[in-house]
Amino acid sequence: MSNWVLKGLQTGIKTTSYPGREEVASGVSPGLPVGKKEPGGEAISLISRCPTHAIRQMGQQILVDYRRCINCFRCVRGVQEALDWNSGYEWAAYMRTNDGTTPWLEKVFGRSLHILFVDGGACGACISELEQLNKPFYNIHRLGFFITPTPRKADILLIAGPITDHMRLPIQKAFDGMPTPKRVMAIGSCALSGGIFGPSFASEEGVQKLIPVDVGVPGCPPPPLAIIHGLLLAVSRKSPASLISFGSVDGRKNS
Amino acid sequence: MERPLDSAVKLENLPEEIAGRWPDQVQVYLDPQNGLCLMECEASVLMEVCSYLFSKQGFSFASLVVEEEHAEFSLRYIFYLENGQVHILHQISKTKARVPSISHLVHAADWHEREAEDLFGLVFEGHPRLGDFVLHEEWSEGVNPMRAGFDPSKPYVHREVNPYWRPVRIVQAPGAFMMPIGPIYSDFAESAHFLLETVGEDVIRTIPRFFYKYRGVEKIAEGRRADEVLLLAERFSGISAFAHSLAFCQAVEEISKVEVPPRAKALRIFFAELERLRHHVSSIASICGSTALAVATSQASIIEEELLRLCCAVTGHRYLFGLNTPGGVTMDFNNEVLQNLADTVQGLFKKLDDLKQMLRLSSSFLDRLEEVGIVSLESAASYGLVGPIARASGINRDLRRVLPYSGYEKVEFIIPCEQEGDGYARLRVLFSEAEQSVNIIRQVASSLSSGPTISPPFEVTPGAALGWAEAPKGATFHWVRTGEDGRVVRYRVTPPSFTNWHGFHLAAENFAFQDFPIIMATFGLSNAESDR
Repeated sequence: MSNWVLKGLQTGIKTTSYPGREEVASGVSPGLPVGKKEPGGEAISLISRCPTHAIRQMGQQILVDYRRCINCFRCVRGVQEALDWNSGYEWAAYMRTNDGTTPWLEKVFGRSLHILFVDGGACGACISELEQLNKPFYNIHRLGFFITPTPRKADILLIAGPITDHMRLPIQKAFDGMPTPKRVMAIGSCALSGGIFGPSFASEEGVQKLIPVDVGVPGCPPPPLAIIHGLLLAVSRKSPASLISFGSVDGRKNS
Repeated sequence: MERPLDSAVKLENLPEEIAGRWPDQVQVYLDPQNGLCLMECEASVLMEVCSYLFSKQGFSFASLVVEEEHAEFSLRYIFYLENGQVHILHQISKTKARVPSISHLVHAADWHEREAEDLFGLVFEGHPRLGDFVLHEEWSEGVNPMRAGFDPSKPYVHREVNPYWRPVRIVQAPGAFMMPIGPIYSDFAESAHFLLETVGEDVIRTIPRFFYKYRGVEKIAEGRRADEVLLLAERFSGISAFAHSLAFCQAVEEISKVEVPPRAKALRIFFAELERLRHHVSSIASICGSTALAVATSQASIIEEELLRLCCAVTGHRYLFGLNTPGGVTMDFNNEVLQNLADTVQGLFKKLDDLKQMLRLSSSFLDRLEEVGIVSLESAASYGLVGPIARASGINRDLRRVLPYSGYEKVEFIIPCEQEGDGYARLRVLFSEAEQSVNIIRQVASSLSSGPTISPPFEVTPGAALGWAEAPKGATFHWVRTGEDGRVVRYRVTPPSFTNWHGFHLAAENFAFQDFPIIMATFGLSNAESDR
């Protein structure tokens, strides 16, 4: 067994310095399209090219609805005038405004947040990115985030996938079984809008149709750092991004 | 039971053989150029013909495709062996909707029949266990979502569930009970339900219940354009997105008779192998994790994340989404970049090999894997298992070799094969296949031809074709039929996880509770892929 210990020590620390410092390694995020402030005629045609209707025109600008973007790259590849690209990862945003009656979790759970993950029909890529959270490069234990397999101990419910018809009841039961105060975080485009699957006879149009969502993390799949940003946002240790490029759902400026 | 690749009957001799045995009941049409043999078969001999191909001639069962035509259901049983496919066609009237079950002779077809019963309402006469498969207890009997009249666009209103409904229990012994696991369990587990029938310490058998993740991909694909269905093919199983999109693209290319440029073919091999490597490293990490060997899990995880980052840095996406398209690939790459990538991958493989050597010498680790979850060669053959699981049980069959696609016939590689069929054999196959993938990546990188990476734009023509690929988890088959306007009329996916989950209960029999996560990890299957 001692050679395993030695191997571990030899490997050294691989963990990202985010959120302390920005992670600059290449390949940590696929990025998202930003839209275009002053689009030419060609860029307007991208609106019909988008398979999930995530791109729309508002005034002179082309906006991207991140809840619908599925990272298909059809607005940047094989086109004359590509959309601008955001290669960051701090994408998580609040899905509802805090009315002051329910405190956000930061005071109580800021450095001890227990997470229950439920698969609502995710394709596996979101789950694979979530798995990275417990692995050396991201290691969320250092941030005071812990995974728990039971709703009874969970403070926040993470859901990926469009919510398949067969998972409606289990997810409702898991949510009901969590003690208050509790939060819900939707991971990935499927969980935010149904993605390419819902609404249909077999899938819902995202988590929000079933239970209230507090934090949304866009991406297909959201990279691990984006999910960490979402968790930090849930305990108010980071500020929110916007779910629509060039502005936010509740009118805040994009940070 | 030996299942040799070069069976006694060659495809070109098959019409003669069949005509000799069933002169009047079977019509045979041979298409030697495409290595395809079509047989129209009467109900009275359907079972015999299928069994003859599967048991006597060593054909593998690929898929059962049900298609609804005007007044009839058309059933297509697809078998394959080296460089050849046999499609057995059988038509039944809609009013009758009954067909003899072949699954007691061709057990690989068992789940296909159960699925068709649930989704199309066909009755397979003689099948011992129909119902409660894809659609769970909330769905009324007689609702068949794959039928033409069913509206897939809105949620289906369910019936009230009988609170006393229970799944069937097999083990009847004093003190026997069912231990339920799932659908929500463990840290990042996919939604699936397992009923462990036990009398205490030991689990006697496992009854899996799946399709919690049924998204109706085959149904919602209908009426969509090929480029929209491509998104479904890519995203129904994100961890093997490239392999599935490749199989789908190849079917569309076959329908439209589009020639894929050689450079695009080579790039497809390159990224398919990169995906396989990443997938296998991830599987190795979860096997180490299931035995609670923390350092080894971390070591494999580090390699996995480095591969994900490499994929993203080169193609823009960590899981290779958006790369395949009918006609080729959407991006071109600098040869130097690919060469560097191949060199980096070689470096990562060195780390993986170190890990393998260390694991080989860790007796506490081996104790957990050896003789755990054994699948015998006979069972693997009769269940038609595919991929690393089948190859760990001695079935040396790989679509890259058996039905080469995308230029695999020009690539040199070996197909690793083990005989024991236990957890350790499956781990060794994963390590060896990862090594082969690295070799293929290096071969392709050093011999890339120049030229376009995508065919000229084309319209999808009406027609039907089968596309296939050796996905990381095994053989995947995508049957695509397009209509007059180029839209998809029928899309049938047979993913390797669906094929292999069928045989999961073979490994999960008579074991101690603590071995369950290990058996699960060494099978390494995906419910997203299986449930579609």
